[in-house]
Amino acid sequence: MSGSGGSPRALPWALVTPALAWTLLFFVLPFVAMGLSSLTAHEGGGFTLTNYSQFFTDPSYWRAMVNSLQVTAIVTVISIALAYPFAWILAEQVPERWQRLALMLAVLPFWTSYVVRSYSWLLVLAQNGVINRALTGIGLIAEPLQLANTRFATVTGFVHFFVMLLTLTIFANLKQLSPSYRKAAADLGAGPVRTFLHVVLPLTLPGIMVGAFLTFVLCIGDYITPQILGGNNELLMPQLVMMQIGRRGDFPLASALSIILMAVVTVAYLACARWLKIERA
Amino acid sequence: MRAAVRLAAWLYAIAVYGFIFLPVVVLILFSLQATSFPIPPFTGPSLRWYQAVLSDARLTSALVNSLLVAVLSSLASVTLGFLSAWGFARFVLPGSALLRGLITLPLTVSYLIIGMGLLVLFNWAGVPKSLIAAGIGHVVINLPLCFAIIYSQMGDHQINIERAARDLGAPEWKVLLMITVPVMAPAIFAGFFLSMTFSWDEFVISFLLTRFETTLPVEIWNLLRSGLNPKTNAVGSLVFAVSIVLVVLFELTLLRRKPA
Repeated sequence: MSGSGGSPRALPWALVTPALAWTLLFFVLPFVAMGLSSLTAHEGGGFTLTNYSQFFTDPSYWRAMVNSLQVTAIVTVISIALAYPFAWILAEQVPERWQRLALMLAVLPFWTSYVVRSYSWLLVLAQNGVINRALTGIGLIAEPLQLANTRFATVTGFVHFFVMLLTLTIFANLKQLSPSYRKAAADLGAGPVRTFLHVVLPLTLPGIMVGAFLTFVLCIGDYITPQILGGNNELLMPQLVMMQIGRRGDFPLASALSIILMAVVTVAYLACARWLKIERA
Repeated sequence: MRAAVRLAAWLYAIAVYGFIFLPVVVLILFSLQATSFPIPPFTGPSLRWYQAVLSDARLTSALVNSLLVAVLSSLASVTLGFLSAWGFARFVLPGSALLRGLITLPLTVSYLIIGMGLLVLFNWAGVPKSLIAAGIGHVVINLPLCFAIIYSQMGDHQINIERAARDLGAPEWKVLLMITVPVMAPAIFAGFFLSMTFSWDEFVISFLLTRFETTLPVEIWNLLRSGLNPKTNAVGSLVFAVSIVLVVLFELTLLRRKPA
């Protein structure tokens, strides 16, 4: 291919091999190790399927998966419902020259450290935190509400993160829409509401689906937010996984639970991918 | 009617901005608290908790560790990502689509599972927990990102410039260093910057793969065990400030490059 010295066949492989080797060694091989580990007994080390059967028979493990799916679904729906109108206002109501600044401000806290962001919500939601002090101060409630260490706190922390993420993706989506679609709808006599419902919303739906999928994947695999904000009152899958390592050093069970969690994400991906393709056709 | 919509839109936008900024404002405000609890009423302003952070050897060494891991793992990610992107974009390789898919596969797996896999593997292989182990994990998550960014930016017009250089007799390494790298600089920079921010903020892989010497997010996590503490507010505010400086630098560099 090139006229210079050396074997022209060797060069391309020399370029791509380091990255491939890294991926095989530190991504594929660990995955194989995890798969093998999940089939090993914690005590003794023989081959066993108990790590998987334990998940399907023990209701407390099931419960963690159900909790995870519920929290993820609630977070995804609320985040999209909050972010869509917000992104629409930024794209349609804010003057063009201020949009860049408005968007940058809207995602500024996105750049705070993830651990610190969850901790900040703890400050807001704590027993004698800002919200409870404000509510008791104006006499709306007599006793402070239990806000921290609840599912409400976990969902709030997640929604805060994903509203920013989805505002970015939906904003980009709305800006990509050609204005001629809206003009055509107006010329044909559609009011702003009909134009939005029948033109803008359907055209941005694929983008919303991508955002929803991203939210699902990042939310269901996250350990930090439920651990800091939800506490241990109810466990989500990532917390259950970490618990096996932290308290009991049970790598086989942690491996099996990780693989089950990954399988759920893969199923969601396959379902989502099919949906998106239908949308494009 | 139109005015009512505008008013509603404004109120809604203000409410969402309020929601987005509430925890950050509370974090920074109570980092300046003079007393020992970061809860109302506000007793500051005082810088005592910033002094406490800067004189805490564990936190400052964790900060240095975090920077080291972020810079080195990002350099490795961007180097491996760039070389492989160049190889796949310029040469016809058998099974190219499959191999490219393999390199980007880690993007679809959560950090927790990548960290778990490495923990199990290193545990079996007898590799001790260390900053290097965490750095290896950070390259696993950032290499696909660098590859995807750089590969997507390798256009046809750049192939022509490279061809011209080769026709003029430049050896392959010279084409790479003097043509490809400068032309691809924005994509390389973007990949490096994103890797830096992701590594700087990454928690769960570092948590699983380090023991005594660790990174800043893990050290902050350890601070959380002591409950609400203005010191955590102070270190959190400092980390936020560093990130904002990085983002602003990134924006300025991109804006400066745009007209070119």
